[in-house]
Amino acid sequence: MKSTAPTILEVRDLLMQFGGVKAVDGLNMTVHDGEILSVIGPNGAGKTSAFNCISGFYKPTSGSIKFLGESILKQHPSHITKMGMARTFQNLRLFKEMSVLDNVKTGAHSRFSQHWYDAFLHTPSFAKSEKQIDEMARGWLDFVGFKGDEELYVTQLPYGEQRRVEIARALNTSPKLLLLDEPAAGLNHSEKRALIELIGRIQALGVSIVLIEHDMGLVMEVSERILVINYGKELADGSPEEIRNNPLVIEAYLGASEGKAADTTGIYEHLLDENDLKVAAADLGVSASHKSAHLPAMPKRKEH
Amino acid sequence: MELLMPPTLGKPRLATLSFDRKFLYCIAGFFVLVVLVLPYFTINTYVIGLGIQGLIYVLLALGLNVVVGYAGLLDLGYVAFYAVGAYTSGILTTKFGWQMWQAVPAVILACIVAGIVIGGPTLRLRSDYLAIVTLGFGEIIRITAQNLEITGGPSGIFGIPTWSFGDWSFNDGLSLPAWSIPAFFLVVGALIGASLYAMKKQVAAIVTGSVAVLTAVIMAVLSGSLTNTITFSSKVILYYFTAIIVLVLGLVGIPRLAQGKLGRAWKATRDDEDAAEAMGINTYAAKITAYIIGAVWAGIAGQLNATYISSIAPGTFQFLQSALVLMAVVIGGMGSIPGVVVGGLFIFLAPELLRDVWDNRYFAFGILLLIVMIFRPKGLWPATSVLPWSRDRRAKDKLPSANEVTA
Repeated sequence: MKSTAPTILEVRDLLMQFGGVKAVDGLNMTVHDGEILSVIGPNGAGKTSAFNCISGFYKPTSGSIKFLGESILKQHPSHITKMGMARTFQNLRLFKEMSVLDNVKTGAHSRFSQHWYDAFLHTPSFAKSEKQIDEMARGWLDFVGFKGDEELYVTQLPYGEQRRVEIARALNTSPKLLLLDEPAAGLNHSEKRALIELIGRIQALGVSIVLIEHDMGLVMEVSERILVINYGKELADGSPEEIRNNPLVIEAYLGASEGKAADTTGIYEHLLDENDLKVAAADLGVSASHKSAHLPAMPKRKEH
Repeated sequence: MELLMPPTLGKPRLATLSFDRKFLYCIAGFFVLVVLVLPYFTINTYVIGLGIQGLIYVLLALGLNVVVGYAGLLDLGYVAFYAVGAYTSGILTTKFGWQMWQAVPAVILACIVAGIVIGGPTLRLRSDYLAIVTLGFGEIIRITAQNLEITGGPSGIFGIPTWSFGDWSFNDGLSLPAWSIPAFFLVVGALIGASLYAMKKQVAAIVTGSVAVLTAVIMAVLSGSLTNTITFSSKVILYYFTAIIVLVLGLVGIPRLAQGKLGRAWKATRDDEDAAEAMGINTYAAKITAYIIGAVWAGIAGQLNATYISSIAPGTFQFLQSALVLMAVVIGGMGSIPGVVVGGLFIFLAPELLRDVWDNRYFAFGILLLIVMIFRPKGLWPATSVLPWSRDRRAKDKLPSANEVTA
């Protein structure tokens, strides 16, 4: 879908080098206002590194990143959040010794001004802004479908609920663009259904979403556009339908070639790492070793 | 920028105090009341002196709690700011002839500057590195004080004057008509109660008012007849009351700082710096604010101590002091105000009480610490502690059931 909506995020020739490893190697990426873009790619393809560059946690070696028309290359992550970009983390990073409600309230940090003496004297303006922060935090918790006790410490919650709290916390920063890093990881089937529905509702609020996800079912269902990355480069960019049938993508994921592509359409969706590939290969009636001979080398680097 | 609002706002919690908070306030009020009436029962200078030292310890622990407990910055050189406060007030009063109260703003300013100078470059470091650098700075301040002429070299500064306001100083003692003490509590209670009422906190206003009346009655009963004259002839008692006033300020103010946006920024930075940045929190600013507030608080404690002891020497500001205050925070429970008060009293009083029991009292003290750490690894009164009845209530009503979680 070539959207006519204005561009809110534009990444050009992004290069992120760790010593000799080029985690992100000349990536181009455009996010239009209000769309849901999924970024997929094999493990170690540089998806999370790209996210970290965009949200300011890594300082890219070269390239340009423009958010809302402004370069954010040299900005601190906190400033980028203030500009209206929120993110979640691949492995949950909630504030472990704070209550659920306080976790969500931290999101409002840059949206309200309070002086230290306001807090010290409990002035009416302090009480007013705290009340507003409180209402908003509770509102977002309702919005993401959190039904537990918000006074609990986050570590006391089940995993799926913690994921929800993290999304509520990100929403409370008032984002224009929300980066979700593997939001479905570790969720069960019904939690994934709820997540798909939640992503739709977030988009309905007018928030653009960029999603890194390995769950292809989810990606195909929610995305309007998919960007495939391999070796830190753009491999393909298009609607879910185009990506599904793109031979390059199928090759990157399955290593299939010479006409095998057509056979694998629709099957590769849930397959990502090598273990799954072996199963897939068995499904296709080909020996795993034979299959993996065609596989592109997948760098086994820990993503952070 | 326009705020992104959730489609429906959550219902705000009722403004009444929760039972847990009320319970804690009662304990705090009781504690303050006990220390307040102590001089009515004994004016043994040793006991009151211990009380002052203990309160100063609690003050230091409260300040370090902001740095270590709230903001998670492991500071091994906290006593440096204690020294800055003591030396600033000592030098200004002995060498420049200032009055003690005039030195208060200077102490605050000096500690802010010291906090920025020490914290500015070091707070970019994380955990272990920060600990080592603060340890170094603690020693630098002590050794500087030992070698400068203005600080009196190794023998330090002596003859530090007491608090004086115009003609009257703590040395003159204080004679008050007995009715004035209950009247003071009534007026303070009425003022606080009225301002709470104006902020539409009726319950809190009534509670404050009744506590003030109760205190006034107790004070009136203790002083016998209201027509008596009560004389605090010993300046030690006046120091004691000064320390209590500062302590109450800290007990009320420090948890309040931790409640709003600033407190959440501190705690978020402590728990996960990257995630805090992702929430729009400038973690460096949050850390340096905590560091400066801790520094100022320690400086004030240092000034109180300098006037009380009336002499200061570099030997007082050893690393051991930093370690003991840190221990008070850790033993009490990091980030927990009641815990830190308990910890401060424990660390200060345990060796004193053991004095009569055993010659090797620090050995016994060490064993006691080990026992505490084995059985209460998160501190005597951790910040995450939930009062027993609340735990039962939550388990019963609020935990999401398995169905809700997966729904």
